[in-house]
Amino acid sequence: MTEQLPPPTERIPVLRWLRINLFSSWFNAILTLAAGVLIVAILTGLGRWALTEARWEVIPANLKLLLVGTYPVDQVWRIWSALYLIALLIGFSGRLHGGLTQRIGWVGAGAAAAFAVLPFPLATRGWLLGATAAVAVGIGLGQLGRLGTGGRARRWIRRAEIAAWVLSFPIGLIFLNGVGGPLPVIEGRNQWGFLLNLLGAIIGIGLSLPLGVLLALGRRSRLPVVRLVCTAYIELIRGVPLISLLFMASIMLQLLLPDNVRPDLVIRAMITITIFSSAYMAENVRGGLQAIPKGQYEAAYAVGLNGALTTILIILPQALRAVIPAIVGQFIALFKDTTLFGFIAILELLNISRSVLGNLEWRGTIFELYVFIGAVFWVLCFSMSAISRRIEKRLGVGER
Amino acid sequence: MTEKPSDRSKASIPLWRDVRVLRIFSQILFLAAIGAGIWWLTNNLLTNLDRSGLNIGFQFLRETAGFPISEGIAYEPTDVNGYAFLVGIVNTVRVAVIGIVLATIIGTVVGIARLSGNWLVRKLATVYVETIRNIPLLVQLFFWYFAVMLTALPLVKEAIRLPGSIYLSRRGLYLPWPVPTESFATWGWWILAGVAVGVAVHLLRRAQLKRADRPGLPLIPALIALLGVILVGWFATPGSPLVLDVPVLKKFNFEGGMWLSTSFSALVIGLATYTAAFIAEIVRAGIQAVGVGQTEAAKALGLKRGLVLRLVVLPQALRVIVPPLTSQYLNLTKNSSLAILIGYYDLLNVGTTIFNQTGRAVEMILLIMGSYLSMSLLTSILMNWYNRRIKLVER
Repeated sequence: MTEQLPPPTERIPVLRWLRINLFSSWFNAILTLAAGVLIVAILTGLGRWALTEARWEVIPANLKLLLVGTYPVDQVWRIWSALYLIALLIGFSGRLHGGLTQRIGWVGAGAAAAFAVLPFPLATRGWLLGATAAVAVGIGLGQLGRLGTGGRARRWIRRAEIAAWVLSFPIGLIFLNGVGGPLPVIEGRNQWGFLLNLLGAIIGIGLSLPLGVLLALGRRSRLPVVRLVCTAYIELIRGVPLISLLFMASIMLQLLLPDNVRPDLVIRAMITITIFSSAYMAENVRGGLQAIPKGQYEAAYAVGLNGALTTILIILPQALRAVIPAIVGQFIALFKDTTLFGFIAILELLNISRSVLGNLEWRGTIFELYVFIGAVFWVLCFSMSAISRRIEKRLGVGER
Repeated sequence: MTEKPSDRSKASIPLWRDVRVLRIFSQILFLAAIGAGIWWLTNNLLTNLDRSGLNIGFQFLRETAGFPISEGIAYEPTDVNGYAFLVGIVNTVRVAVIGIVLATIIGTVVGIARLSGNWLVRKLATVYVETIRNIPLLVQLFFWYFAVMLTALPLVKEAIRLPGSIYLSRRGLYLPWPVPTESFATWGWWILAGVAVGVAVHLLRRAQLKRADRPGLPLIPALIALLGVILVGWFATPGSPLVLDVPVLKKFNFEGGMWLSTSFSALVIGLATYTAAFIAEIVRAGIQAVGVGQTEAAKALGLKRGLVLRLVVLPQALRVIVPPLTSQYLNLTKNSSLAILIGYYDLLNVGTTIFNQTGRAVEMILLIMGSYLSMSLLTSILMNWYNRRIKLVER
C-alpha cells in the first residue's frame, strides 16, 4: 500500500458545522433538540446525585473487602508480588518488541503512579509505586535483552521470555494461594472478591483456548467419530445457559465423582467456566480455520510437512490471527460471566458487595456500589476491546 | 493415481503404517477412551445414588409440588411437580418472547441512530452501546432489580401514576387489561371471518401484482380488510365483547388489571437493553455492508426513497443481519436463566425448587438441560427457515 497522506484539514466555522451535523433539516433539528434535552436531563440528574447525595466514602471504606475479600491483610503482599511479576514481564516484553505491548506497559505504569497520588492508605500507595517500579525494572531488562544481538543470543532471549510467561502462571498461583509451595495455604478462597473474577477470567481463558482449538480441529476432522463427538459437545454446551451448568456443578459433581474427590467451590467454578467457554472458543477458532484457503494445506504438504506440522506451523497461526477479535470478545464475555459465580455461593465482587449492603453503617449505598462495580468492569472490558481493535489494525486483518 | 485398486491393496504396506487401518484404529481408541470416561462417571453416579438409597425415575413429577409460584399461568401449590415445571417453562418463554421483541426494536433504532447524520444522536447511540456492552448483564439486572425497583421506586401506597391508569411501585407494574365478556365468543367468529377475508385479499393481491410484474405490499390491503371485518364485528356484536379492567388501589394493594412483578419487569428491561446493544452493532454492520453504490443505482433507476430502502437496501442487509441476530436471540433466551438470582420463577428457578423439595438431581438436570436445548433448537429452526427465505437466490 502506498503511504497515505491525511486529507487537508478544512476549517469549518462553528455555525456551519452545527448546520451540517445538527440542523440539516427540520427532522434533524427536532432530533437534536430531543437528544439534547435527554442528555441534559440525565447529566443534571446524575451529576446532582453523584456530587451531593451519593455517599462515595463507602467505596474506600470497603475497597479491600471488595477487591480481595477475606484475603488476610498481612498476606496481601503476595497478591502484589504476583502482580509485580506480570508487570515486570509486560515491561520486559514491551521493551523487547516495542509496539502495543510497550504501550500497555507504559499505560499500566502510568495508571499505577497516578493512583498512588490518590488518598489511599500509605502502604497501598507504596505498593502502587512498586508496580510502576516493576514495569521500569522490566523495561530495563528488556533494554539489556536488546543489546544481545546475534542470532543465538536472540533465540535464547526469546526462549527465556516465553518460558517466563508460561512459568508466571503457576508461580502467580503459588504466590496467591501457596498450593503446595513454601508459602502457607490461605483458606476461604471462595471469598476473595474481585480477585476471583480476575482469576476466573485468566484461568478460564488460559484453559479454554487450547481446549477450544482442539475441539475446533476435532470438529473439522476427517474421522467421523471424532467429528461427531466434538460437534455434540460443542452444540450441547452452547445450547444451555452457564448458570444451569453451575447448578449442575454444585449438585451433580458429588454424584459423578468418587467419594474421596471433592473439589472445592472455586475449582468447580473454574472447571465449569472452562467447559462452557471452550465450546464458544471452538466455534470462533473454527471460523478462522474455515477462512484458510485450501492452497495453504496443499502447499504445506507439497513442501513435505505432515498433517500435525501443517496444522501447527501453517494453519493455526493464520487461523488464530484471523479470529483475534472474536477471541478477545470471548475473553470479555468470560470475564463478565464470572459474576455468575455468586450463584454457587462464591463471594466474587458482585456477591461480596451484598455483604457491604448488609452492614447497617452502609445501608442504602446500593447505587454507589453498583456504579463502582459497573465502572470496574467497564474500564477493563473497554480497554480489552480497545487493545483488540489495535491488534486487528496492526495485523491488517480484513484489509488485505 | 494410475495404479489399479487391486495393486494398492497388496500387503506391501505394513498394517501399522496403513493410513486406512490407522484411521479406523484411532477412532476405535478415541471411542474407547470416551466410553471409558462415561462408564466411569455413570458407575460413580450409580454407586453414589445406591448408597444414598435413591433411584432414577420420573414418578416424582406426579407428586404434589407444595410450593407457591407467584406469577404465570393458573397454578396452585396443590398441583403436581410436572405442572409446576411447565409453569416455569411458560414463564421463561414469556420473558424471552417479550425480551426479544423489545430488544429488536431498541436495537434497530440504536443501530440506525449510530449511522445517523446527526452528530448528537450518533454519539448518544455510541455511548449507549459501549456502556451497556462492557458491563456484566448480572450487574445490570441487580441494578434494575435491587437498586431501581426495590429501592428507588415508591411504596405501593404512593405508587407513581402514569397516563392511562398505569401504576408503578415496589410491588411491580399494574396496568389496565382487556377482559373478555360473554359476548366475546360471538366476536371470536367475526375475528375468524376477518382472518379468512385477509388471507383471501392477500393471495388475490399478490397474484395481481405478480401478473402486473410490479413491486408492492400485498400485506397492507390484507391487514386493512382484516381490521375492517373485526371492527364491523365489534359494533355488530350486542354488548361489548371486551371490557377494560382498570387497577384500583385497595387497602393494601392494587386490585384488577394486569400485574407484572418487579422481578419480571427488571428482567425484561435488563435483558432487552443489554441484548439491544449487541443487536444495534449487528444492524449497523448489516446496513454498512450494503455498498453506497446500491443506493445510488436504485435512485438512478428512479425508485422512491421508501422503495430504495425496502427493495434494495433491506433485503441485502437482512442477509448479513439474520444469522448473528439468531445467536443474539438464543443468548437472550439463555440469559433469561439469570431470573433465578432476582426471584423470577423461570424454568431454572422452578427446577431448582423442585430439586430442593425432592432431591432428584439427575432427573431435574436432564429436564432443565433438555428444555433449554429444545428451546434453542426451536429458535434455530425458525430463524434458519427465515434465513432461507431471504437468502440470496443465485442463478
